[in-house]
Amino acid sequence: MEHMGLDPFVIGLTVFVLAVFVGYYVVWNVTPALHSPLMSVTNAISSVIIVGALIAAGPMELNLSKVFGFVAVTLAAINIFGGFIVTRRMLQMFRKKK
Amino acid sequence: MTENQTAVAYLIAGVFFIMALRGLSSPVTARRGNFLAIAGMVLAIATTLVSPHVISYEWIAAGIIIGGTIGTFIALRIQMTALPQLVAAFHSLVGLAAVFVAAAAFYAPEAYGIGEAGNIHIESLIEMGLGTAIGAITFTGSIIAFGKLQGLITSNPLVFPGQHALNALLLALLVASIGYFCFDQSPMIFWIIVGLSLAIGILVIVPIGGADMPVVISMLNSYSGWAACGIGFTLSNNMLIITGALVGSSGAILSYIMCKGMNRSFFSVILGGFGGEAAGPAAAAGGDRSVKSGSAEDAAFILKNAGSVIIVPGYGFAVAQAQHALREMADMLKEQGVKVRYAIHPVAGRMPGHMNVLLAEAKVPYDEVFELDDINRDFASSDVAFVIGANDVVNPAAKTDTASPIYGMPVLDAENAGTVLFCKRSLASGYAGVDNPLFYRDNTMMLFGDAKKMCEDVVKAMG
Repeated sequence: MEHMGLDPFVIGLTVFVLAVFVGYYVVWNVTPALHSPLMSVTNAISSVIIVGALIAAGPMELNLSKVFGFVAVTLAAINIFGGFIVTRRMLQMFRKKK
Repeated sequence: MTENQTAVAYLIAGVFFIMALRGLSSPVTARRGNFLAIAGMVLAIATTLVSPHVISYEWIAAGIIIGGTIGTFIALRIQMTALPQLVAAFHSLVGLAAVFVAAAAFYAPEAYGIGEAGNIHIESLIEMGLGTAIGAITFTGSIIAFGKLQGLITSNPLVFPGQHALNALLLALLVASIGYFCFDQSPMIFWIIVGLSLAIGILVIVPIGGADMPVVISMLNSYSGWAACGIGFTLSNNMLIITGALVGSSGAILSYIMCKGMNRSFFSVILGGFGGEAAGPAAAAGGDRSVKSGSAEDAAFILKNAGSVIIVPGYGFAVAQAQHALREMADMLKEQGVKVRYAIHPVAGRMPGHMNVLLAEAKVPYDEVFELDDINRDFASSDVAFVIGANDVVNPAAKTDTASPIYGMPVLDAENAGTVLFCKRSLASGYAGVDNPLFYRDNTMMLFGDAKKMCEDVVKAMG
């Protein structure tokens, strides 16, 4: 390597390891009663890969990549809308004693 | 927007996602948590849309409208008993979307700044290969899990000779292909990686029996997160890495909790072959032991005169759609001054927390619902344990019989209650195929019949 700049992989790895720790501690704090909503909301937010799909579907010219991007946008959108709405439906049912 | 501004906006979205999961620590803050997650998603999408990469919006709008409509429609229509299937189906979509994003990046690497077609940076190739593989495994694995939960494929474990050897061979081929991909980035190698991973996804899930499905769904939840991580590494997008890691660790923790709830090691679940019809060695053993059975009137009398009742619901009661009838029964008891609580085993439903949702749907207040560790000691001081649609989770053999397949599984100590009312269709064994000695105890009264009808009859008898 001719200069001492950080490799993007190392930056990514740093973020990854820290995020795993954050995830570990945050998720252990989730009450077991809400484990189903936890699954559906994590399912929804993992569809944030839609940002990669948007970049593929975004250019002017039509090519294979744009088609793949379109398919991925559609699939991720099903998940995002479906995941958040079903989570909301579940959470609205959790009520305290009157 | 400059690249720095984009990165900061993505970081904020990532923080929103963390706060969203934090919100789920209590039902009081959970709705705000879901809202934060939505806000994070909107921010992430909006940031990407105004970035210089995106200049044409027609296809994007079409995709979001089509996908959004389908997703909304399904989410509003789905029955809460079918939640596990729904989540499995959604996982498969995340996996498939990850494969398509990776394919898009492979065919147009310039757009992502990872090289040119045919000359992609070697690191990006490894990351792309891994992201694709995990995505494809998540896709087919979740489809199989969906099929098993929906009853489209048998939930019995499908095992055949040489299965583990075949899986190992395919896995070795997959690793070799990803390695080879770094030297020869031809589309053929890319699609070979996809094909191998699709096959592995199927083969990994088919040997796992229905009883282990809660673990499988959690595991696939975790995979979908790692797939997002792989895409994040490929595209050098920190927000994707953060989100993927959150989801990945969340799914991993849930898998661990489910394994512990069944006293199964994660490894033995993966190897499969547990549960189903093959595993019923003790079913005949109870031949000449006698059981005491009672009517709805008997149950109503016992319940009315109790001071405190603990209800132990299992999945069977949700299948019988007995939630509302049970709640009605509980309401009536409460009016008569009986203390009513619910005890939930970690694997009472078909996915983590499933039973809590089913009870919440029946308008059972969440502060009457307790987890195993919090309520198990109270059975001894309770007059009645009302077991409905559950079986294995109250099986005392798990504590005493070292030969039992469920030995060591944490169970609810229902037998310690003054009287055990056991509502069940027959004396058949439960999901794990094991006989239950609790049926034959002196303080047990079997209430044979459909769960919903039994609750309704008890309500009538009390009224």
